[in-house]
Amino acid sequence: MFDNLTDRFEEIFSRIRGKGRLSEAEVDSVLREIRAALIEADVNVGVVRTFIERVRENTVGEELQRSLSPAQHVIKAVNAELTNALGGENLKITYASRPPTIVLMAGLQGVGKTTAAAKLALWFRHQGRNPLLVGADLQRPAAVEQLRVLGGQAHVPVFSVEGDPVKTAVSGVEEARRIGRDVVIVDTAGRLSIDEELMAEVSRISDSISPNYTFLVVDAMIGQDAVNTAREFNEALTLDGIILTKLDGDARGGAALSVRHVVGKPITFVSTGEKLADFDLFYPDRMANRILGMGDVLTLIEQAERTLDKEVTEKGAKRLKGGKFDLEDFLEQMQQVKKMGPLKGVLSMLPGVPKEIRNADINEKELVKVEAIISSMTRAERANPDIIEGSRRLRIAKGSGTTTAAVGTLLKQFKDMQKMMRSMGMGGPSPTKKSPNRANHKKKKRR
Amino acid sequence: MITVIVVAFVLLIVIVSTFYLVSRRGRSSLTASGSAVLEKTREEGAAETIHKSQEAISELAPPADIRKGLSRARLSFSRLLGTMLGGTSSDQVLWDSLEETLLLSDLGLELTTKVIEGSRKELEMAGTIDGSAMASAIRMQLRNLFVDADRELEYSEEKPTVWLVVGVNGVGKTTSIGKLSAMVAAEGKRVVLAAADTFRAAAADQLEMWAQRTGADIVRSVPGADPSSVVYDSIQKAAARGYDMVIADTAGRLHTKSNLMDELRKLRRTAEREPAHLTEVLLVLDATTGQNGLVQAREFAKAAGITGLILTKLDGSAKGGIALAAEWELGVPIKLVGVGEKANDLILFSPDEFLDALLETADDA
Repeated sequence: MFDNLTDRFEEIFSRIRGKGRLSEAEVDSVLREIRAALIEADVNVGVVRTFIERVRENTVGEELQRSLSPAQHVIKAVNAELTNALGGENLKITYASRPPTIVLMAGLQGVGKTTAAAKLALWFRHQGRNPLLVGADLQRPAAVEQLRVLGGQAHVPVFSVEGDPVKTAVSGVEEARRIGRDVVIVDTAGRLSIDEELMAEVSRISDSISPNYTFLVVDAMIGQDAVNTAREFNEALTLDGIILTKLDGDARGGAALSVRHVVGKPITFVSTGEKLADFDLFYPDRMANRILGMGDVLTLIEQAERTLDKEVTEKGAKRLKGGKFDLEDFLEQMQQVKKMGPLKGVLSMLPGVPKEIRNADINEKELVKVEAIISSMTRAERANPDIIEGSRRLRIAKGSGTTTAAVGTLLKQFKDMQKMMRSMGMGGPSPTKKSPNRANHKKKKRR
Repeated sequence: MITVIVVAFVLLIVIVSTFYLVSRRGRSSLTASGSAVLEKTREEGAAETIHKSQEAISELAPPADIRKGLSRARLSFSRLLGTMLGGTSSDQVLWDSLEETLLLSDLGLELTTKVIEGSRKELEMAGTIDGSAMASAIRMQLRNLFVDADRELEYSEEKPTVWLVVGVNGVGKTTSIGKLSAMVAAEGKRVVLAAADTFRAAAADQLEMWAQRTGADIVRSVPGADPSSVVYDSIQKAAARGYDMVIADTAGRLHTKSNLMDELRKLRRTAEREPAHLTEVLLVLDATTGQNGLVQAREFAKAAGITGLILTKLDGSAKGGIALAAEWELGVPIKLVGVGEKANDLILFSPDEFLDALLETADDA
């Protein structure tokens, strides 16, 4: 809905460009958009109100930097404020001087506690530790079984006994001591924060094992109720940190801000995929971009810097601008981009990519096919695809192991693409007047 | 460096839009044929009249009440309504707290604005600023968000009826199926549960326990097996033994995973092949879900053609406004609500009862 805040702000500010200072009314109109974006991202309404007030205080009357448009200025301020609000002091994991270090996991049903417990165990293993998983979720049918399977995948032993969850947790810690594991992760049953009986049970678990770290596991898709949940769990357990799960979906994850604000505890880990290794420390700046719907540009820039061959890319850029971009260049650039990882992943980090494209089914195998087709062309054909008639087409199809229809589709799409680039003022021999500006403009934004 | 990125961006977008064109073509024809089949199923169903479950279920003596689920939500609304009845609609504070209350129930900004503006207009036209008129205008606006649709679960005349239950991870699909199985069994129907969640460790074990509890049969396979084959086997078993219906559990999947959504399309195709009669594809939405629930509903509707929503976990403090937003946007009715952990805590949804429970004033609460 608010996929591109930047564009929306540009619109508001087109009226007031060139001013040196931001008036209250101008800031107000932008803040209304920010408010809407935050609410759509599931940030709690009360938290939004506080947040917006703080931004207002910091922006009104402030002198504008000449290098930024007013909109960019406000966005920068909002982004900084958001990063700040999400971050603060982070949790540094230290280990108990007398092992084991005890970790307790808690949360609502269905947030992914069991999976997060296994992922955390793997993370500890990668830190050179020897964790033990303890299954104290004796409520959900087969939850312990699930933990055993996941523990097996992470090569981490799993301990559980039937009966009472409190006793299970206690004997789990004893077991760790006995077999010399230096970290214990206790998985508990999902419970509603208003269920007094079960909340009392989890505090009993906590009291009897005195965990070094207590994590609340929160689903990134959670809505306004995140604040109540976090508050009540914090009251029952005194949390140390938050683990945010299911970030591989497309939820904005505004709950991160709500939870951080309400309980004042850092978001420590994020879970970003189905594989056990898809688990990482939390980066506030990236989350800020995500909540605002601005894409994870930072990560992308890092990735680009790491993987792209500067010369090849610049050559491509020149050809694009010169309107000489042909299939040869296309192939070369495609191989470049491919290095950055799965297209879908890269794409999801881009700001301003239309939803339809971002959510499109991208079959990586199709890329291989395209590569094969272009590789089966002669240089002359790549430079001038118009010469590809029937027999050449058949040869290319045979050479690439595809069909003539596939070759035809590719050629047509490349033509469409050239047209598209022309309309963007980048690829054709007759660029419109706007084009150089457009390109410069783009560059500026990324800086 | 900057040029590098710009070019990478442009290329990415270009390349991807190229593939998007290809994939979209494939997908739209697929969806078209899917919905055509569903349309056909519906028509046939309507002509041959469909067995309705209403009476039987009320015989089940519903111990669960929608009020049980909404106890928390009710508090915030009733407080607001109490003030409203004593006030007038010229009081901006009332409107502001109405906005906040609606937003807090996860209704979303668009619908919240719609309800407020609609109510204001209505009052203006009626020329009144009376507090009780304001309250009823709001109720009317909320009522209008519900689609005018049949909320009863559909059975086909011929056996076996198939219901497919879908949703993202952790919303409570398996538990809902257990409860559905109890509901249907209470009507004297013979059910086979299809454990087509072959991905989550021990999901089939969880379903098996429900099958035992509710006296249903179950078909399960090995972990990682093709879910479509489990659905197929269940249908064959139901047909061979003359069971009334198949309820199929599916693995939780994020709607952003295209391979898993493709798998779901395939599951649907299997579930509607003879001798099966697919009458319901139920999307399970977690009441704690925020605005992403809308995206989920949209994507699952596209891939599997959903016919109804099940709103789960309404017994927490969340209000489930997102389900209403999904119903409004997709025109797919909320059919069932889960308000507790017991087998009979899944109840048929009625918009009026829902609003009654939600909007009760402090006095009659």
